[in-house]
Amino acid sequence: MTKTGAQILWECLERERVSHVFGYPGGAILPAYDALKHSKIHHVLVRHEQGATHMADGYARAGGEVGVAVATSGPGATNMVTGIATAMLDSSPIVCITGQVGSKLIGSDAFQETDITGVTLPITKHNYLVTHASELARTIREAFYVARSGRPGPVLVDITKDAQQTSCEFDWEAAKPQLPGYRPDLSPDAKEYEQALELIQKAKRPVILAGHGIIVSGAMQDVRTFAERTGIPVALTLLGIGAFPASHPLNLGMMGMHGEAWVNHTIQEADLLLAFGMRFDDRVTGNLKTYAPNARKIHVEIDPAEINKNVKVDVALVGDLREVLHELLPHVNTVDRSEWLDFIDQLKGDAAVRDIQNLPDNGHLYAAHVINDLWRETRDADTIVVTDVGQHQMWEAQYYKHDRARSLITSGGLGTMGFALPAAIGAKVARPEAEVWAIVGDGGFQMTMAELATVVQENLKVNIAIINNGFLGMVRQWQEFFYERNYAATPLLNPDFVKLGEAYGIRSVAVTQRSEVVPAVQAARRHDGPVLINFKVEQEDTVYPMVAAGASLHEMIRRPSPIVETAADE
Amino acid sequence: MMNTFVVYVENKPGVLTRVASLFRRRAFNIDSLTVGRTEKPEVSRMTITADADRDQARRIEANLYKLVNVLLVENITNQPAIVRDLAMIKVAATHEARSHVLELASVFRARVVDVAPDSLTIEITGAEDKIDGLLEVLRPYGVLEMVRTGIVAMRRGSKSPNMAATASNFAQVVADDDVSYSV
Repeated sequence: MTKTGAQILWECLERERVSHVFGYPGGAILPAYDALKHSKIHHVLVRHEQGATHMADGYARAGGEVGVAVATSGPGATNMVTGIATAMLDSSPIVCITGQVGSKLIGSDAFQETDITGVTLPITKHNYLVTHASELARTIREAFYVARSGRPGPVLVDITKDAQQTSCEFDWEAAKPQLPGYRPDLSPDAKEYEQALELIQKAKRPVILAGHGIIVSGAMQDVRTFAERTGIPVALTLLGIGAFPASHPLNLGMMGMHGEAWVNHTIQEADLLLAFGMRFDDRVTGNLKTYAPNARKIHVEIDPAEINKNVKVDVALVGDLREVLHELLPHVNTVDRSEWLDFIDQLKGDAAVRDIQNLPDNGHLYAAHVINDLWRETRDADTIVVTDVGQHQMWEAQYYKHDRARSLITSGGLGTMGFALPAAIGAKVARPEAEVWAIVGDGGFQMTMAELATVVQENLKVNIAIINNGFLGMVRQWQEFFYERNYAATPLLNPDFVKLGEAYGIRSVAVTQRSEVVPAVQAARRHDGPVLINFKVEQEDTVYPMVAAGASLHEMIRRPSPIVETAADE
Repeated sequence: MMNTFVVYVENKPGVLTRVASLFRRRAFNIDSLTVGRTEKPEVSRMTITADADRDQARRIEANLYKLVNVLLVENITNQPAIVRDLAMIKVAATHEARSHVLELASVFRARVVDVAPDSLTIEITGAEDKIDGLLEVLRPYGVLEMVRTGIVAMRRGSKSPNMAATASNFAQVVADDDVSYSV
């Protein structure tokens, strides 16, 4: 059947199971928007193209399907760059569709022309420039296949205006992907499995390092079975949170820069690290020279380029984690690890986070309290928390206990401020039945708060918790530790967030007392529209413990005393 | 050490940029890069040399494979291979020097491809050190202009790479003293 490029685009997206796209129209993508009326796809109008990419990202991470963002050429496309880089570093499958000037005009510096395939080349898994309608179907199929297979990532498809306007024969079946050089389906060989099993058998002090790859692979149950059968404790990366239940006795919690000190000590004392779908990011390892010096390392990873990149490993099992664990599981034995686990418990000792809920109210409102209270109120619901970047992000990782995969969505690798609100919108669109909370700092929120309009326009029940300390808190913390408290450009003059929310028609409240936290959260949950809560927390609170950038993992800046006393001391 | 990679890529627009950009992005320096057609119209072939230790060379290889348009990568650094560079050297050759230059060219089995009243242009093909050698002995006469193509390389013997079997090629285990590695 003959169709225009624009019609082919939407039909291909439908066939790729796309129900929603996040976008913003403009000249070069107008033919596509014109054809949208014939499509079943729901278009979410954003307020800035960066928001569209984060929404697509949040949609992908919450629901596991490819997220789609649409923008016009030039500034529309360049506004997507941050969101694409975010998805790239966190291996999130999104497809970005951009309009491009007519193919005859390419290279002429035409109005709103940008070489977006050139710009995004190093921050996409792959990208395409489509100049003929006849190339469109195959390209879209390839884009989705590349985005979701192997190690997922963003794919950009730049479509010239004439490719959208002209017609050609459309045959979905004939437009199969042709990717002779693409190999997402590697698997280890028998010898490597044997070597891994031998190391596992011999280990006395093993630790599993659980990363985002577990969630991407859908290997949560397999990791749990593996950990339980072998008795090996599990430490999590930031993006691994939820891959292994926080309430599980073998869960150690988050490791790395803001992991608990005893978790990092455990890793430093280990004799075997089993890295499952993680990439030894510098936030996880600290100084590589002193990282886990006595440990052999097994790296299960789908991307061969990650092997020996940061940490030299003894055995690399390159393949899909779930398949690898299926191979390993029948051959691992139950081992008594009581000695090792007792040792870890000793490390824990007093350093363990106390139950901050039971502390007397001393008149101060701490972000940790807010997050812990929020967790207690929402723990039994199907809750998705989306965090921004900075102190609140780390406190969330420490004090919100996630038991389910895809219940925390956060920008880990790129650390993109402004991520939370749009990503929360995407998460809510992907999982409308879930309770979605965006936890944001007052700094990051203001980067993308224009998307409040999108929340309202789409009538989405998204709850927004602003952890407002009047500072770019994490930067201020670094200035406190490493720049002699020279708070250069970190104090924020904020608008009245309650009035701001109300201006958009969002129910908004401010919370200044600890006693108001739970009632505010409960009221927000009861309200059937979006709610914004402005939590005015302690201004100069600090995320402890901390491994300074470049320091060894065991050299942590500790809490002056457990957080509770810090609070009482003031 | 200098590594030589033979990289088979899809013959499509922009692939050269992707490959070059990868080296820049991962902070590896390309020493030389040549690209040209192969016996298959849909496949282009690159010969890339870059300074890298063994681990880095493996990472280059693994990262090249991450490019969707890359079909096959061979690191032929320690393989028996034919390696050729082509140079054109324009030498100042006045009346008295001319016969010396011609003599040197013939010792190196180079060809004279252009003659002008004051200069000779010599074309030489061979391994890089052979060309370096000729250049060295011509320098005293005055090298006016020089261009080299960068090396092209081909593995010796009848075995040719099988594009269809790239997946197994890719997953092969590279034996190592203490590391098992599957790229």
